[in-house]
Amino acid sequence: MKYLLLFFGLICWKCDPLVAQAALEKQIQTQLILAEDGDVIDLPAGTIELSNTLSLDAKRDITIRGAGQDKTILTFKNQTQGAEGIKITNAQNIVLEHFTVEDSKGDLIKTQSVNGLVFRNITARWTGKPKASNGAYALYPVQCQTVRIERCTAIGASDAGIYVGQSDSVWVTECVAKNNVAGIEIENTTNAWVWKNQAFDNTGGILVFDLPDLLKKRGGHVKVYDNLIGRNNYKNFAPKGNIVGQVPPGTGVMILATNDVEIYQNKIWENKTASTAIMSYFITENPIKDKEYNPYPSNIYIHDNIYSEGKRMPTWKNKMGFIFWWKFGKKVPHILYDGIQNPDWVDSNGQLKAAYRICVRQNENGTFANLRADKLGLFKGKISKNIGPYDCAL
Amino acid sequence: MTAHYKIFGLLGIVCLLMGAAHPVQRENNDLNSPAKAPTRQLEAGIKQNLSEYAFFTGSLAELQAAPNVFPYEVNAPLFSDYAEKARFIFLPAGTKMTYRANASFDYPEGAVIIKNFFYWNNAARPELGRRIIETRLLLKDAKGWKALEYVWNTEQTDAILEVAGGATPVSWQMANGKQQRIDYTIPNLNQCKGCHSYDGKFTPIGTTTKQLNMDLPGGENQLLLFQKQGVLDLPEGFDPAQAAHLADYRKPGNTDAAARAYLDSNCAHCHNPNGPASTSGMFLGVEENNPEHLGIHKPPVAAGRGSGNRKFGIVPGKPAESILLFRMEENDPGIRMPEIGRQLMHEEGVTLIKNWIREMK
Repeated sequence: MKYLLLFFGLICWKCDPLVAQAALEKQIQTQLILAEDGDVIDLPAGTIELSNTLSLDAKRDITIRGAGQDKTILTFKNQTQGAEGIKITNAQNIVLEHFTVEDSKGDLIKTQSVNGLVFRNITARWTGKPKASNGAYALYPVQCQTVRIERCTAIGASDAGIYVGQSDSVWVTECVAKNNVAGIEIENTTNAWVWKNQAFDNTGGILVFDLPDLLKKRGGHVKVYDNLIGRNNYKNFAPKGNIVGQVPPGTGVMILATNDVEIYQNKIWENKTASTAIMSYFITENPIKDKEYNPYPSNIYIHDNIYSEGKRMPTWKNKMGFIFWWKFGKKVPHILYDGIQNPDWVDSNGQLKAAYRICVRQNENGTFANLRADKLGLFKGKISKNIGPYDCAL
Repeated sequence: MTAHYKIFGLLGIVCLLMGAAHPVQRENNDLNSPAKAPTRQLEAGIKQNLSEYAFFTGSLAELQAAPNVFPYEVNAPLFSDYAEKARFIFLPAGTKMTYRANASFDYPEGAVIIKNFFYWNNAARPELGRRIIETRLLLKDAKGWKALEYVWNTEQTDAILEVAGGATPVSWQMANGKQQRIDYTIPNLNQCKGCHSYDGKFTPIGTTTKQLNMDLPGGENQLLLFQKQGVLDLPEGFDPAQAAHLADYRKPGNTDAAARAYLDSNCAHCHNPNGPASTSGMFLGVEENNPEHLGIHKPPVAAGRGSGNRKFGIVPGKPAESILLFRMEENDPGIRMPEIGRQLMHEEGVTLIKNWIREMK
C-alpha cells in the first residue's frame, strides 16, 4: 500500500497542478456567474492559469480582489477560448483591485457598458519583448461611465496600454504605462482627467484622439497634467491598419481631431520626434466618410509644460517622422501643429476664431512650429515658427 | 480520450485525498486546496436535468416534441463548428408568440426556446446516428430572458445543468469524408449573453421574421404553419413574399443575398448599433445600407492584431486585403470572428464571403 501511495504521489506531482488549475478556473467563473449584488470575489494568491475569458455580466456592486499585484497572477498564456482575459459587461459599480493579469490572446481586461468602475493596483502586461502578436489593449474600458483607473501598470500592448474609448467621466492617475505602442489613450471620450501618471518607453506617451465612424461621435474636455512623459521612442510594433500604427516613435503627447483639451504642467522629455503634436485627422490619410465627424482639433491649450533640450532626431521609420526630419533636421520643435484648419472656423485674417483657438503659452524650453500643411499632406506646407497667433490662454 | 479523462479524473481525486500529505500541496496551499463548492445556487424553478422539463416524449435523445413544443427551422443558420441544430419553441398551453416585422418575436412568460446541438457520426449518412452534445435554453420569465445550458451524458439519456461551461472532445466524419475532431466548447452562461444581447439585455436572436419566413420541405410556409397551429397571429393580409426574409446561403443563388444573409446571422447579433460590437462602428445586419458601416474602406477601431496588417474592413474586389475575411479565416482566439462559438474555419462561409468581396465594385 505504501508503494502504491508513493506511486500515485509521484504521478500526482506531475498531474495535480493541471487538475487543480482547471478546477480553480471553473470555481472562479462559477462565482462570477452566481455573484449577488455586494459580493467580494477573492482571487487566491499564486499563479492561476486560465484557458478561457473570465466574464462578469449584468451585476451590481461587485469587487474582484486579488491578494496583491505581486501575489495573485492570472496568466492567459495558454488561453484557447475567448478574445479577452477578463470581460465585464452591462454592470454597475465594479471594483477590480490588487492583482496582475497577463498574456491574454486579445485584450487583457475589457469592460463595456459599465457605470461606475474602478481599476486599482492592477498590473496588466504582456511578458517578453513587446511584439505585434500581443493583444491590443491592457486596460480597456469602452462605453463606460465614471471610470477611475489608479495606481495601475500597463505593459506591452500592441495598441494602447490604458485605453479609454467612447466613455465619459474618467480619471486616470498614478499609473505607469511602458513598452506599449500608446501608453495612455483617451479616444472619443468626454470629461477625462489624466494626471500624475508616468508614460515612458512607449511609441507614443499620451494620445487624445477622436476617430470617425463611432457611435460616440465626439470626445473632449480632457485635461492632461502633472504627468511624466519621457523617452517614448520605442519602435511602433502595432499591426498595420490600426490608427496607432501611424504614431511615429518618439511621440510624447498627440492630440488628434479632438476639442477642449488642456495639456499642462507635464514634464515631457527626450521624445525624439514630436514632443507634443496637435493634428487633424487628415494626417492619417484615411478617407473620411462619416458626415458627422469633425476631423479638426479645436480649443487646445498647451501651457506650463517643461520640455527637455536634449537631442531630437525624428524617426525615419514613419512617414510623419520622416517629414519632420526633412523639414527640421535634428532640431525638430517640441510643439507641432499641422495647421490644417476648418475654413468655417477662420476669420477674415485667416486666424481661428475665438471659439476654436489653439493656444500655446509658457512652456519651458518649448519651441513651436506650425507646419501649415493642407489636406494634401504635410510635405506641402510652408512652416511658420511664429508663435504669435497662438500665444493665448483659454 | 474519454478513458484518459477518467484516469486523470481518478488521479485527481486521489491527489486531492492525499493533498495534505503532499509537499507541493503545502507550498502552494492557496492554489491547490480543493475547489470550494459555490455557495450560491441558481433560482428555484430551474431544473437540474433537461428531462425534468418534459419538452420531449419517449426516449429523450429522439427529441420528439411533446404537446406545446413546436419545432422550427431558420433560413440562415449560425455556424457552430459544423454542429447540427434541432430547434424548438415551448409555449405554455393557450399562449402565443407575438409577431414582429423587424425584430425577434415577443413571447409570453413561461416560453422556452430550445436549441439542441449535435453531430452526425457521419454527416454524409445520418442513418448512422448522432451524438447530442448540449441543449441551450432561453427561458422567458417576469424579469426577461435567462439562458441555461445542459450538457448531455455519454449514454445520451439526459443532459445536466452546467453553469461554468467547459470543453468536451468530439469527433465525426464530415460530409466531404474528412474525419474531424475538436475540443467542443460549451459556453458558460455569461458567454451566452456575449451574443444574445440587445441594449445590454438578454434577447433571442433566431426567432425573427427574416429567419423564420421560409417554406418547409412540404412546401408550407413556416409562419403560416405557426398561425395554423394557433401559436402566432400574423398581421392581416400577411404575404410571405413581401415580408422580411434571409437567403439560405447554403443553396446556390445570388451571391450578394447569400453573403448578406450569412453576415446577418453570423455577425450582426453583435455587430449592430445596439449589440456588443457597437463599439466597432461595423454593422453587418442585412438592413444596413451605409457602406462605411459594412466595413467598406473603413479602418479598424480596436482590432489590434485582428487587423492582420490589413487597412480596411472590406476592400471591394480584394478579399486578400479585407480584414473581415482575415478574421473569418483565423482560428487564433484573439483574432477570429465570431469571437466565441467557433474554433474551426467555416470553409463554405469563407468561400462565400471571398466571392462576395471579389465581385464587389
